[in-house]
Amino acid sequence: MSLADGARGDLKLTGLHKRYPNGFVAVESLDLVIPQGSFFALLGPSGCGKTTTLRMVAGLEEATKGSIHIGDEDITYAKPYKRPVNTVFQNYALFPHLTIAENVAFGPKRRGAKDPTDQVKEILALTELTEQAAKKPAQLSGGQQQRVALARALINRPDVLLLDEPLGALDLKLRRAMQVELKRIQEEVGLTFVHVTHDQEEAMTMADTVAVMNKGRIEQMGAPYDLYTNPQTTFVANFLGRSNLIKAKVVGREGTGDDAVVKVDMHGTVATIKASKVHTSSDEGWVGIRPEKVLIQPEGQSIDAPGAALSGAVVVDASYIGVSTDYTLRMPWGQEITCFEQNTGRRGGLIPVGTKVDVSWRPEFAFLLDSAQDVEAGLEED
Amino acid sequence: MESLQRVFGKNAAYILIGPAAIWLAVFFLFPMLSLLTTSLSDPATGSPINGYTLTWRIANYTEALGEYWPYMMRSLLYAGIATLMCLVLGYVLAYAIAFKAGRWKTVMLVLVIAPFFTSFLVRTLSWKLILADNGFIVNTLQTLHILGEDGRLLATPFAVIMGLTYNFLPFMILPLYTSLEKIDPRLNEAAADLYASPFQRFAKVIWPLSLPGVVGGTLLTFIPATGDYINASLLGSPNTQMVGNKIQQLFTTAGDYPHASALSVILMAIIVGMVLVYVRRAGTEELL
Repeated sequence: MSLADGARGDLKLTGLHKRYPNGFVAVESLDLVIPQGSFFALLGPSGCGKTTTLRMVAGLEEATKGSIHIGDEDITYAKPYKRPVNTVFQNYALFPHLTIAENVAFGPKRRGAKDPTDQVKEILALTELTEQAAKKPAQLSGGQQQRVALARALINRPDVLLLDEPLGALDLKLRRAMQVELKRIQEEVGLTFVHVTHDQEEAMTMADTVAVMNKGRIEQMGAPYDLYTNPQTTFVANFLGRSNLIKAKVVGREGTGDDAVVKVDMHGTVATIKASKVHTSSDEGWVGIRPEKVLIQPEGQSIDAPGAALSGAVVVDASYIGVSTDYTLRMPWGQEITCFEQNTGRRGGLIPVGTKVDVSWRPEFAFLLDSAQDVEAGLEED
Repeated sequence: MESLQRVFGKNAAYILIGPAAIWLAVFFLFPMLSLLTTSLSDPATGSPINGYTLTWRIANYTEALGEYWPYMMRSLLYAGIATLMCLVLGYVLAYAIAFKAGRWKTVMLVLVIAPFFTSFLVRTLSWKLILADNGFIVNTLQTLHILGEDGRLLATPFAVIMGLTYNFLPFMILPLYTSLEKIDPRLNEAAADLYASPFQRFAKVIWPLSLPGVVGGTLLTFIPATGDYINASLLGSPNTQMVGNKIQQLFTTAGDYPHASALSVILMAIIVGMVLVYVRRAGTEELL
């Protein structure tokens, strides 16, 4: 069932700015184009401006500057009830005095539909709520209420559907199930979904495109794979998954085109980094490597990586999680780094705490970030 | 409940109900029985001093109703108008306190209750001065030709209804506020998001969710206003007398306890009947 017929086009935010009367700037000159029919996620810690952005699109908050367009239509100052936009609220905000069917029919009725019964039935079937039609919201479980909130918004076939932390109130297991469910529904109806969340895993599993927001600005935007493998700032590197960031000096640049690399010196060991993953022009930087990309081996044994190996690390903690083991290693210069090792059974046990190990990784997995950035950005909020 | 049972033993519930039950038996049930028997006694054979004997004289009721029904109707009319005015004024104020007052919420609620710190009688008497024939308000209205040369406010139905509205307004505001305050403001946003205009948001979301407060407030206003006689006797004239005034006169001036009692019982029956119909129609069993 496609609900996207007659949709008017991309959602365009141009120089969108929100300054509260107390002087707090929640959103700073935001420029963003969200293509029609895409599943877009705004990801960031609380207070980063993602919900404010959403509320400005919904018309529940007025922009200080800038504009909001859907296709060619300027909706920056349109009243919320006159926008082709619907919202799934964080705590659902279902009308407690109305039945599920009446809740879902609320939008169509306000728009003058005489008898939306068929529409309601169709959307309740899509969200698997047919059995609950005559019940009141209080009689439903959290997951069912969440689906009612979705159905109540979807039935209006909005040009853009806004989801404000829609799964935040559900327990972990239900959240996983609903992520898959939401993705299925989005693909089925073909509407533009803009999903606001602080849960990076949720954003990555569901969205085609993720924009990472911090302090009212977009830090980086792209497909989940690109964001994860090639973060451009320490904030993204730390907020989206985890990263080991090691101080390094740039010692040279070699090659051209796709083969271009930058050579860096990390406390005496020289390593190469692909130029496409270098995001600084200064001669210092943070070498970033994801913990699961870090390979370790007790001192003297060979490591399956073509790059240079850092030696002299000591295992200071090993926590066995079943599917993997998390090692904390102290490097010779005192820094602690993390390594996740898949328990393939190859090693036949854990590396004991206190063991001296060599550390390495495949050069193509490393990235280089600007040394001026805060190495702990994006860490405190999780 | 468990800890209560440890203190009071197995009959915890009965023991806890006990004091209130005894209180009601002594101060409510007994006077009610006395009222009922007096209302069915012969006024000719007894007196307030010597007491009355129950003779099942139903005629007291027909006589009371036949003689005083216009006062009864006036009571219901005045109380009805006053309740409606309280609802309109109280709703706006309760809404403002619940959703717009911000940090002034507590102050405003205290101000609503503030009149209770002085006596009902004193406050009504002061209105008598404010509305007096040569008082500031009447003079101003006469100067503006809104009131005629001999026009007055005191001793008119306006003064009585205004007094009732004034005196019972807090009883309307408090239950309304309690109801409105419980409404999640996000429901208003959700309704706006779902194409409801400001008026539709009120009619379809805010008003239905505030109904328990509306029912509670109107009952707390209408019931005492119907039986009130202070406002009519202080701010009204013989032409604006309510049934409460008649009951009071029958008891005190005329000493006719049986007819006074009969009139009281009729008033009570009418109010209970109206409340039952009202509550059932408002569907509050479900809402409360």
